[in-house]
This record gives sequence, structure tokens and C-alpha cells, in this order.
Amino acid sequence: MSVAIYIAVMAAVTYLIRMIPFTFFRKKIKSRFFKSFLYYIPYAVLSAMTIPAIFYCTGSIPTAIAGTAAAVVLAYFNLPLIVVALAAAGTAFLTGLFM
Amino acid sequence: MKTRFFRGMSHGVPIALGYLSVSFGFGIMAVKSGLSAAAASAISATNLTSAGQAAGVSIIAAGGTLIEMILAQLTINLRYALMALSLSQKLDKSFTTPKRLIASYGITDEIFAVASAQPERLTPGYMYGMILVAFLGWVSGTILGAAAGELLPASVTNAMGIVLYGMFIAIIIPPSRKEKSVLTVVIIAALISILFKYLITVISGGFAIIISAVIASAAGALLFPVHDEEGDEV
Repeated sequence: MSVAIYIAVMAAVTYLIRMIPFTFFRKKIKSRFFKSFLYYIPYAVLSAMTIPAIFYCTGSIPTAIAGTAAAVVLAYFNLPLIVVALAAAGTAFLTGLFM
Repeated sequence: MKTRFFRGMSHGVPIALGYLSVSFGFGIMAVKSGLSAAAASAISATNLTSAGQAAGVSIIAAGGTLIEMILAQLTINLRYALMALSLSQKLDKSFTTPKRLIASYGITDEIFAVASAQPERLTPGYMYGMILVAFLGWVSGTILGAAAGELLPASVTNAMGIVLYGMFIAIIIPPSRKEKSVLTVVIIAALISILFKYLITVISGGFAIIISAVIASAAGALLFPVHDEEGDEV
């Protein structure tokens, strides 16, 4: 099968998943439960995506733990996103040098 | 419109930097799996997602069926439907249907996270600016990765694997520090996610994230319903 067909199918499915709720959902949500649910969804999704995947993302658990610790500490002190992100990578890299 | 566009662009810069490193890895992986650099770049330009693309490349490499491709993309990317629904509650009146059709292309984990953290309603210009910069980072990283292959030492590319997660942490921690409700939801989601990773391994990664997030958010909504004025901001 042509690679182009695979790519077209991938792209179409991914787009429709995003487009349908974003475009056609116009009602204001009234339910307090559902409003609360949607308020918490971003944090829940990001947390579930990060843990435990973050410990495997550098190919070495000790470097990942060091990077995670750096990110948690800097985020706790409200540093900007990019500072936290790059400090995590820098810490993981430096830890890797000692292994 | 213009200032909103530029504001969106500036908010897109950290996302694009994170994407650059991740899509660099995707480019390397896609070419290793036998795809051309052009195909890898086309996938990044049309999909704008990490996990779904990685799964897609492995299905293409294995000569899988289109049904498998559809199911894999649905499972892994279904979280975007929840994010799109959440963002739909926060859109400015100027977001007409054609503008929604365009902006929905760019709903990614990171864009969603940054957009939903904005205190004000989302305008098309703001979303376009952020999506454009993120798109450029994602696609140029893929092209560089596919073309340059393994110029960078593994020690650097491995360490760069943590960039996006570091950004997620930077988004989650400050509100968790401020609100006990958010902290509770974050901990529940992480615990269920750990459960799926080590105990209920038959569930694929994409589904595991959806189930963890839905249970944790539902628990949060039951235990700590948001106040009405706060709810209007959702």
C-alpha cells in the first residue's frame, strides 16, 4: 500500500477527533459537575501523561529522576515553562556524564 | 488581532523549542523505519502529535492495515476530543465556524495546556499565532532529524527527551501548590496511570491516559465542584 494513503488516513482521523468537538459543540455547559470535570481535565491529562512516562524518557532512570527533581523544584518556585523544561534536560544531561 | 497574534506567537516559543527536540527524534526514528524524509515531514505537518505519529510510523513500517491505523489513531488521540471540548467552552465570540475549522488542527497537549491556562477568552489570532510557531518547530525538527540523522551524540538527544515532560510539570505544579483540589486530581491521575503501566498492562498507553484522566477529573468534580464564577472561566 502506498505510504501516502497511510498518511492521509492518519491525518484525517487525527483532524476529525480535534475538529468535531471544537467546531460543533456550541452549548454553554450548565451542569456544575461537567463544568468542574472540564476544569480538572487538563491537569489530569498532563499528570497521567507525565507519570510514569517521564522516568523512561531519557533512556536511563537515574538521569530521568534527576531531571524530574530539577523540574519539580523549579516549577514549585513558579519559574517560566521554558526555564523548567530546559533545566530538566540540562540536569538529565549532566547526571548522564557521571554514569 | 495583530497584537493577539504576536502574543500567541510568543507563547508558542517554549512549545516550539520543546517540539524541536522531540520531532528531531521522530525524524530519526521515521527514517530508520524506512520512510523518506519527505514522508516523515508530511506526517509531522499533517498530524502535529507525537505519540500518534510514532504509532503510525510503526504501523506503516510493519505494513499494517488501514483499520489498525484508524483504531490506533483514535485510541491514542482521543484525548484531543476532551481537550477540544474543554477549549470550546473558553472561545471568544469572534471564533466563527471557519476559524474553528482552522484552529482545531492545532489542538495539541501543549497548546491545550497553555491555552487553558489563559485567564481570558481565546481569540482566533492568539490561537493562530501559537499554533503557527509550534507547527514550525515541530516540522523543522522533523526535517532536521530526518536529514541530519545522528549528528548529535546520544547523550544529548536522550537528555532532550525530558523537555516536554519538564514543561508539563511546570504547568501542573503551580496550581497544585495553590489549590488542594488540583493537587488531589493530579495525584489520583498519576496513581491510576502508574497502575496501568505496571499492573493492567493490556490497556494501551493512549487508553490508559484517557481512563486515568476521566476518573481523576470525575473524582475532582465530585469532591471539589468549582464555584459558578470560576466555572464561567472554564
